[in-house]
Amino acid sequence: MALAFDEFGRPFIIIKEQEQKSRLRGLDAQKANISAGKAVARILRTSLGPKGMDKMLQSPDGDVTITNDGATILEQMDADNQIAKLMVELSRSQDYEIGDGTTGVVVMAGALLEQAEKLLERGIHPIRIAEGYEMASRIAVEHLERIAQEFEFGVNNIEPLVQTCMTTLSSKIVNRCKRSLAEIAVKAVLAVADIERKDVNLDLIKVEGKVGGKLEDTELIDGIVVDKDMSHPQMPKRIENAKIAILTCPFEPPKPKTKHKVDIDTVEKFQTLRQQEQKYFDDMVKKCKDVGATLVICQWGFDDEANHLLMHRNLPAVRWVGGVELELIAIATGGRIVPRFQELTPEKLGKAGLVREKSFGTTKDRMLYIEQCANSRAVTIFIRGGNKMMIEETKRSLHDALCVARNLIRNNSIVYGGGSAEISCSIAVEAAADRYPGVEQYAVRAFADALDSIAMALAENSGLQPIETLSAVKAQQIKENNPCCGIDCNDVGTNDMREQNVFETLIGKQQQILLATQVVKMILKIDDVISPSDY
Amino acid sequence: MAVDKLFKDEATEEKGERARMASFVGAMAIADLVKATLGPKGMDKVLQSTGRGRSVTVTNDGATILKSLHIDNPAAKVLVDISKVQDDEVGDGTTSVVVLAGELLREAEKLVAAKIHPMTVISGYRMAAECARNALLQRVMDNKDDAERFKADLMKIAMTTLSSKILSQDKEHFAKLAVDAVMRLKGSTNLEAIQIIKKPGGSLKDSFIDEGFILDKKMGIGQPKRIENAKILVANTAMDTDKVKIYGARVRVDSMSRVAQIEGAEKEKMKEKVQKIIAHGTNCFVNRQLIYNFPEELFADAGILAIEHADFDGIERLALVTGGEIASTFDNPESFKLGHCKLIEEIMIGEDKLIHFSGVEMGQACTIVLRGARVLLGGGWPEMVMAKEVDELARRTPGKKSHAIEAFSRALQAIPTTIADNAGLDSAELISQLRAEHHKEGCTAGIDILSGAVGGMEKLGISESFKVKQAVLLSATEAAEMILRVDEIITCAPRKREDRM
Repeated sequence: MALAFDEFGRPFIIIKEQEQKSRLRGLDAQKANISAGKAVARILRTSLGPKGMDKMLQSPDGDVTITNDGATILEQMDADNQIAKLMVELSRSQDYEIGDGTTGVVVMAGALLEQAEKLLERGIHPIRIAEGYEMASRIAVEHLERIAQEFEFGVNNIEPLVQTCMTTLSSKIVNRCKRSLAEIAVKAVLAVADIERKDVNLDLIKVEGKVGGKLEDTELIDGIVVDKDMSHPQMPKRIENAKIAILTCPFEPPKPKTKHKVDIDTVEKFQTLRQQEQKYFDDMVKKCKDVGATLVICQWGFDDEANHLLMHRNLPAVRWVGGVELELIAIATGGRIVPRFQELTPEKLGKAGLVREKSFGTTKDRMLYIEQCANSRAVTIFIRGGNKMMIEETKRSLHDALCVARNLIRNNSIVYGGGSAEISCSIAVEAAADRYPGVEQYAVRAFADALDSIAMALAENSGLQPIETLSAVKAQQIKENNPCCGIDCNDVGTNDMREQNVFETLIGKQQQILLATQVVKMILKIDDVISPSDY
Repeated sequence: MAVDKLFKDEATEEKGERARMASFVGAMAIADLVKATLGPKGMDKVLQSTGRGRSVTVTNDGATILKSLHIDNPAAKVLVDISKVQDDEVGDGTTSVVVLAGELLREAEKLVAAKIHPMTVISGYRMAAECARNALLQRVMDNKDDAERFKADLMKIAMTTLSSKILSQDKEHFAKLAVDAVMRLKGSTNLEAIQIIKKPGGSLKDSFIDEGFILDKKMGIGQPKRIENAKILVANTAMDTDKVKIYGARVRVDSMSRVAQIEGAEKEKMKEKVQKIIAHGTNCFVNRQLIYNFPEELFADAGILAIEHADFDGIERLALVTGGEIASTFDNPESFKLGHCKLIEEIMIGEDKLIHFSGVEMGQACTIVLRGARVLLGGGWPEMVMAKEVDELARRTPGKKSHAIEAFSRALQAIPTTIADNAGLDSAELISQLRAEHHKEGCTAGIDILSGAVGGMEKLGISESFKVKQAVLLSATEAAEMILRVDEIITCAPRKREDRM
């Protein structure tokens, strides 16, 4: 460890408790960081592509998750290394921004780091590498824009969207019924999309899962599904043309915030109090009834008495509905959330064509379907599956598919998948590299190699000869000047991704390249790691 | 430079072959554990709980066994999960699903060892599962139009299911009970309306199904023991003193006489409530909560039968079968619907007194809607049929997938093999005979455990439900697929529990 000395030759203490900290400097720091980043990327590398494998993760509480979604794997794997944490952040930001390609971005960063390591060994300064990468990423992104294609779809022509979602789903375990799931995802997104503004609020799509049944039974429900049942077992299970009062106040006597006491010292007072209490319950139910509500959905519980009164007055009710669900119901039915009984008016009621309770399996599992809502812009995807892990994984896969569909509505440019975009970029970057006069040239060329390695990982996972396949595809791309040639992962027999209908979104790909470059630059710029040594 | 620490302390990572090994071994261990319980001659397991009392359960139900185990292997947990789902969804076949998934993995292990990629195995399995399902679909029998044969089918299925349980000596009796009970529901699948009351004592043969409803409660003292044409009021209300629900209210008195007054008022209030209840014209009052002595006495005076402290399920069920509402307030007698039944009486079973409601409304009011029950033969017949079809598919399929498809058929045959093994029969001999039989068209052969030979299942009346078999097939394949796809296991450090000692 390097130390500073004062004029008497005594060592300076710069950092608090310096002796107890481990410290890595210079090239060692960079190499350690790079190998940590690579280790993370290696974990995810086998999950890439349609033939990618899954990872089984056991949480601290012993719950098992099986997934091949990059963001989920990294999030749950309890990384301790600082650089590993950076990679986790990287895939998370891709998840937030784009929602898909979370595995690809990490593999890309890993490949860039690997190339950087080689350059470092040849004595190129990390900053120069970082700058070279920056230039190369700009070239790649511009090139992507050039090879991207406008992509026509409409409300009546959803086929292209479905195809793109299918590409995303094909790498997941649910690929058995990717077609129907992709259709569900596209229909859900289109239902809530604001085509004019090119915006989609994914919050309006609720994804509910219930264990049991088959994956094929997964359905899109034009409305809301709530995992609750009617508060009283004998309330009607089916309400047509429901007018819904959405309440956030409990069916209970008021509890003023200020401390107070009601003293009862005479028989009269005792009786008045009792009457007051009954009147209170009566009033509450009456108010709901007066405004014409035929269903009460309440965030809080009811007293037994209130419950019976509701039942008696023929006013079905649902209690303990969560805040988020309540909001969704309010959006879907066009109602307003009412915090006090006094403010209940007929205009604030939500409307739904049909509310019904449905039971599942042999256990007492019931769910409430609210359908044919006034405002159809809130939908629910209801997933069925063999076990809990399957449902969780389906949820994650559908999330990816939903994000892809949303991205396409925002920006309808696509590039072709199967590694074709990467290979095409690699060719473009390689060609551009020679024009750079400085040391950066090497970094730019290394970037092209890193792009190749994604396609190689894809080929490797599909059981093909990676180097052979890649060189064949690359040659084909240059010869035919066709940027759609990719890796034939599914053994279909053609390399042309246009024929295979494998698409990815342009912004997803661009974001992948930019984010990966950014993180790699950040890692390269670190030349000193100070961490408390083991305690 | 190697990365010394990527994960937190105690977190472990297993990769590639080792990860696959770990999950295969775990899953197979679980399958082997329950394997011995499969079939009519399957053995039971004794489970001792770690809780207080070290209570012991003897069972042969796969789901129950697996539920009670503490398992650390993640792959094993997947299997436990599917058996749980099978239990929730169709309620039967919980052992078979685990055994089948275990066999599928065992076969897959061999294939992977022979350098076939797991993804290829998965796609082969998928094709095989689809083919097997179609094979079942073609041979399914549907007798829903014929009520008599439908009932006979139900009977057979129930008997087949029960024959592996400890009840097997009285299986006919119990199967009849179960079928009668379900038939009474007239097509609604709400099993809640069937109540099972356990009373130790007597022999198993003494179990009976009652067309009415039995509540495990005693009647109040001095109240009628027998009511004909009862009007039942089912309630969930406090029959001690009504709580004052307004927050912050409390009673404060300054002299003894005031106390007496308040008490009087309270009594008055209760009396009023009782009067209101009586005004409903009821002659039987069932409450979920306690009924204190005072109101009980009032009820007795009015000649009303009052039953207190019925459990929640009991209340809901009673309301359901008698067609009444559950009440909590009693102000509007006119609009309130009372439950009805022909006769309420106290009956004795062994030493215990129970209350018996007979001639309840629901049994008559429902229209008859029978759901189509699709039936297959049992005794390993469906497995053999599927195995045959899958084998044929394997022969037609080019490429490496055919190995996987063949493996699937071997896994299917493992189930009848296990059944035979558990019965102490020569499984190899039986299975080969069975396979030969199945190459004839329209064969109904299966294993006849009693005689230890191959026999016609249709003649022996051994049937199973199509729904169960299909669920077993699909979820076992799904689980095997999930485990196969894994190539890396990352186990996080177990959460540190606060030591409470």
